[in-house]
Amino acid sequence: MHGIVGWGSYVPRFRIKVEDIAGQWGADAVAFKRGLLLEEKTVPGPDEDTITISVAAAKYALARAGIDPQDIGCCYIGSESHPYAVKPSGTVVIDAIGAGPDCHVADFEFACKAGSEAMFVAYSHVKAGQMKYALGIGADTSQGAPGDALEYTASAGGTAYIMGADNVAAEIVHTYSYTSDTPDFWRREEEFYPRHAGRFTGDPAYFHHVLSATRGILDRSGMKPEDFRFAVFHMPNGKFPLRAGKAAGFKQEQLEQGWVVNLMGNTYSGSSPTGLAACLDVAKPGDNILITSFGSGAGSDSFVIRCNDRLLEIQDKAPATRDQLADRRIYLDYGKYVAYRGKIRMNQL
Amino acid sequence: MRDVAVIGVGMTKFGELWRSPLRDLFAEAAADCLTDAGIERSQVQSAYMGCMTSGLFNGQEHLAAILTDYAGLSPISATRVESACASGGVAFRSAWLEVASGASDFVLAGGVEKMNDGADATYCLSTAADQEYEVYHGVTFPGLYAMIARAHMHKYGTTREQLAHVAVKSHRNGAQNARAQFPTEINLDTVLNAVMVASPLGLFDCSPVSDGAAAVLLAPAEVARDLGKPVVKILGCGHATDAIALHDRQDLASIPAVKAAGDQAYAMAGVKPQDIDLCEVHDCFTIAELVCLEELGFFPRGEAAAATVDGATGLEGTIPVNTSGGLKSKGHPVGATGIAQIVELVEQLTGRSAKRQVKNPRLAMAQNMGGSGGSSTVHILEVSS
Amino acid sequence: MISPRYHREIPQRYRLEAGKCTGCEEIHFPPRVICRQCGCREFTTEVLPTRGKVLTYTIVEIPPAEFDSQKPYVNAVVELTNGVRLTCMFAEAPPDEVDIGTEVELVFRRLQSGREWEVLQYGYKAQVV
Repeated sequence: MHGIVGWGSYVPRFRIKVEDIAGQWGADAVAFKRGLLLEEKTVPGPDEDTITISVAAAKYALARAGIDPQDIGCCYIGSESHPYAVKPSGTVVIDAIGAGPDCHVADFEFACKAGSEAMFVAYSHVKAGQMKYALGIGADTSQGAPGDALEYTASAGGTAYIMGADNVAAEIVHTYSYTSDTPDFWRREEEFYPRHAGRFTGDPAYFHHVLSATRGILDRSGMKPEDFRFAVFHMPNGKFPLRAGKAAGFKQEQLEQGWVVNLMGNTYSGSSPTGLAACLDVAKPGDNILITSFGSGAGSDSFVIRCNDRLLEIQDKAPATRDQLADRRIYLDYGKYVAYRGKIRMNQL
Repeated sequence: MRDVAVIGVGMTKFGELWRSPLRDLFAEAAADCLTDAGIERSQVQSAYMGCMTSGLFNGQEHLAAILTDYAGLSPISATRVESACASGGVAFRSAWLEVASGASDFVLAGGVEKMNDGADATYCLSTAADQEYEVYHGVTFPGLYAMIARAHMHKYGTTREQLAHVAVKSHRNGAQNARAQFPTEINLDTVLNAVMVASPLGLFDCSPVSDGAAAVLLAPAEVARDLGKPVVKILGCGHATDAIALHDRQDLASIPAVKAAGDQAYAMAGVKPQDIDLCEVHDCFTIAELVCLEELGFFPRGEAAAATVDGATGLEGTIPVNTSGGLKSKGHPVGATGIAQIVELVEQLTGRSAKRQVKNPRLAMAQNMGGSGGSSTVHILEVSS
Repeated sequence: MISPRYHREIPQRYRLEAGKCTGCEEIHFPPRVICRQCGCREFTTEVLPTRGKVLTYTIVEIPPAEFDSQKPYVNAVVELTNGVRLTCMFAEAPPDEVDIGTEVELVFRRLQSGREWEVLQYGYKAQVV
């Protein structure tokens, strides 16, 4: 049996409401909230980034896994907002958590699915018997261009998964990835904000890949939607994952627990991994969970996960995702938000 | 060791002296000092110059050479002394030792700092704290003293208003000091309503950024007698260090190096706090004056604040403190401060302080301190005719 | 900050590694060459706890240039549960949440970004529990 030995999510404390962004641009807040099915999103503090989020999430995962960090054989972080263009995020994380130096590290990118692919590779190493434990993290502090639709949803957060073969709490039973070259959303090197192809990002991009991956994994595993307690889909906004889930044959009740986007926004590489964590926080032994990520460019990674008894022993060993979403929020106005997000041109020091 | 006296003093104005470079400030103070002493340049045998960081403020090191050169004192032996804001006090002590030991007869002890040449003063001053484990975390000097203030408030009930009285008192004295950077009185409202720098300390709780220099000439006491002047003798000297980081001190509302230096000075002089007629105390921040007065034994711990409000430290009080205006009103060119304190003591003891004059003082104390209390010197001077 | 110094400090900044004197068990953070209590020169590595309480603090309104974007921020002297004290900044701390005695946890944050071309600097900050 190979799978998840520990997981941990980190949710920043700062928030901004749709109303405050809409107010800035003279947009219709009500329409945006209805169209995106979103209330507010997380904002990283000025001292937070993908690395600090990954460290916090990894520490929670370690608390649940109960392992010696020295036994971690690799650390992969998937993100669209690695703090450096050249210098890995993963090296800081392993030194911070006390893993390494006997450790393989690589940074991953693939728009919003960089997190799930870090999970996939980590899991594959363990399955191949290459190492005892493997760490795969999806974390982001994504940016939306001022005044653009993405500004309402691009948010911050991340989740870490420790994969292993001992003390597995949630077995990864099947994996399947579906990928094709689809230019729906991209960022060139010199640009600060990403660009997207409007409505093209919907059916030909998000829905085609998410549904192909989901149907593909259901076919290959011989499972049906009703076999699952929870289903998690990548959450670029509140509407897409619910539409995709229903199109794939899932019901609202199965989609709700992992649907964190309405309060969190789209944490890009952290999105479906965090949705999955929200489900693991409350799942019971015997529950099946399906997760399908989506990364623009484009591709989806699907996993079928089966929970077992060990899950109950470790759920409480770190803060639950939805507890962090609900607790101790600090709301920002638009001015503070853009200052924290570095969108204001300041004088050079 | 033989008795040593201070036989001459010199000091520039303190302030934003845009037209005066570092070397000229020192030369001016040194020259005025020698004139005051009635001693020729060629008689001076050695010099100590206190300066915290001419390297960071002005890009200039090797002060022993350049300041001696520009003061017209070459080729004497010269030593640049650094102990953050206690550089002047330590320079004074070093000069005292050289004369007391018999190695030299005429030794100049000077101090200078030129802080207004465009360097980031906050950064330069922060090098007096623990770079890696205090400053790295955003701590500033106002921040450090603010934390001491808050601990003091928590332990003894000291209030912001009481701190404001310290600043008001200092300015009342400084208003009578022609050399002061801010020779104006201020009132409590100004202090309490000032912009906050690091809570609970506001702008008027903090000493300013200043340029200036001071110099004194030391000689054996019998030389002073032969000159027919009142003999201002160095009766006691104390010098101590402590952990540089505030977090490594046991009691965060105290500054042990000051007590240790004070105890040494009292013991050497054979006197007690109640014998002291006036004291220049290192008021880099209002709270520093209160804590130092307590460490020096002038008031029980926690009581200096109320005593200040009662006027005990005013010109007419039981222990006039910072009759010069203190660092707050007079200014604080870091390396010069310790020497400037001695200048004030000598002028007070020899009746030259005009409107700031304390009546018939015999014993005077100067306490100089570096950083948040990592080093301190205390000197006790006595005048006899 | 130049790389050599930053790299040297990683065990302290990332993992809170202190030095415990083999002679008298006094814990030094950062580790030292000579025990300040007994003068011994042999130490073992001791990882500090992340929980503690505020001994004193200040709200910095006028910071040095490199911290200007974070003002106002809280600096505090924190005493950890094993008695070791250190100085740090608070991560997001609404002023009414911090007082003497407040319980805190040390968390991993980006302490300084420096200028556009400089190495990012990570370390510990305090967070109200």
